[in-house]
Amino acid sequence: MNDERTLKIREIAKELLSKGEIAVFIGYGKGTCNGKARPIFVRTPEEADELIFDSTCSNNLVTYLKFPAVRDEGVVGIVVKGCDAKALVGLIRESQLMREQVRIVAVTCEGVVADDGQLQLRCQYCDVANPTFYDFLVGSPVEDQKPRDFSGLLEKYETMSVEERWEFWQSQFEKCIRCYACRQACPLCYCTRCIVEKNQPQWIETSSHLRGNFAWNIIRAFHLAGRCAGCGACEDACPVDIPLMLLNYKLEKEIWDYFHYRVDLDPESVPPFTTFKTDDRGEFIL
Amino acid sequence: MSEADQGFEPHIVAFICNWCTYAGADLAGTSRMQYQPNVRVIRIPCTGRMDPLFVLKAFERGADGVLISGCHPGDCHYGEGNYHARRKFAIFRKLLEFVGIDLARIQFSWISAAEGGKWVSVIEDFTNRVRALGPYRAYQEISL
Repeated sequence: MNDERTLKIREIAKELLSKGEIAVFIGYGKGTCNGKARPIFVRTPEEADELIFDSTCSNNLVTYLKFPAVRDEGVVGIVVKGCDAKALVGLIRESQLMREQVRIVAVTCEGVVADDGQLQLRCQYCDVANPTFYDFLVGSPVEDQKPRDFSGLLEKYETMSVEERWEFWQSQFEKCIRCYACRQACPLCYCTRCIVEKNQPQWIETSSHLRGNFAWNIIRAFHLAGRCAGCGACEDACPVDIPLMLLNYKLEKEIWDYFHYRVDLDPESVPPFTTFKTDDRGEFIL
Repeated sequence: MSEADQGFEPHIVAFICNWCTYAGADLAGTSRMQYQPNVRVIRIPCTGRMDPLFVLKAFERGADGVLISGCHPGDCHYGEGNYHARRKFAIFRKLLEFVGIDLARIQFSWISAAEGGKWVSVIEDFTNRVRALGPYRAYQEISL
């Protein structure tokens, strides 16, 4: 599918590479599996013709920016959708990346599809179809900005009894094989030494057992609280289909309720756990 | 609570801050105030030191209830540790609730160095509540 965005992305990549403004361009290329696009690294103007953009470009390429090996190549050109841009801004906000290290090609996006061809869950809550943080904007404006209101999705679980919720989540976490694909795919899980790899003391048990599985999945979600870009990379990467986005959405909802904060495209916005107010709600404290 | 749990005595782990609640608990002791002996105190420098993992670890190791207590807002020895703790745990407890942890087994409180009496009443109420709930079988089963 050679839509207008594909041609424009190739043009920009070619120009940046031939002028030597960037060392590498990270974009999407034609995949070999289910007709799905895959991430490709382009280093010469000629290779830029392999770049595409279509509704199967589901991966969040920003994940690659967390690896020093990629950043060390030099200035990186990168294709981002709105949700990916939130993650990229997150890296800048948290001083993991300098703005000058990237040339951002943002695409307007009507949503991307999962392996089964259905619109991704996250796209139903997309409020960044028209990214506002970029060097180049590709694609015509998309009208639909959707509210980030997860109450309908979460209601089913929130209305369960404590025991039912416990059963549901244990049945999910039981599947976890501790491959840490969720962590690797997440653009904001960038710690060089993850808490799960610290073993003196061993805070989270590493065997694929409910005890450690529970602690791991809870802590992974909580470490993303107030930071998660909602790009869905963790859930997409999960080989056993644990609905990780439910946890991320729940946290986003609660953080909105408590602190009126939501991850946005402003690198200067202040994440909720880096600050406080003297009159924060504390109704649960005796 | 089932028949088998008659005579059950809960294990309560209390994470308390060095500067206020620990001194408050000490005051309760030196004042000869009586309270139930179910609580195991772990002294931390500040509630801001509390990692959410501490709570999970306590349950993993067999706690039936977890208490976290520190200085009143404005009284933190380090200025703002308890404000950060309040933010963190406001959200963390919502996450725990969402994944099916009974919030009646987790208690937060602000107890100053002068509030030995409040320490006693918080421990009494919380111990009685957890005793009535019975052993935390759900968590202990996944911890076997």
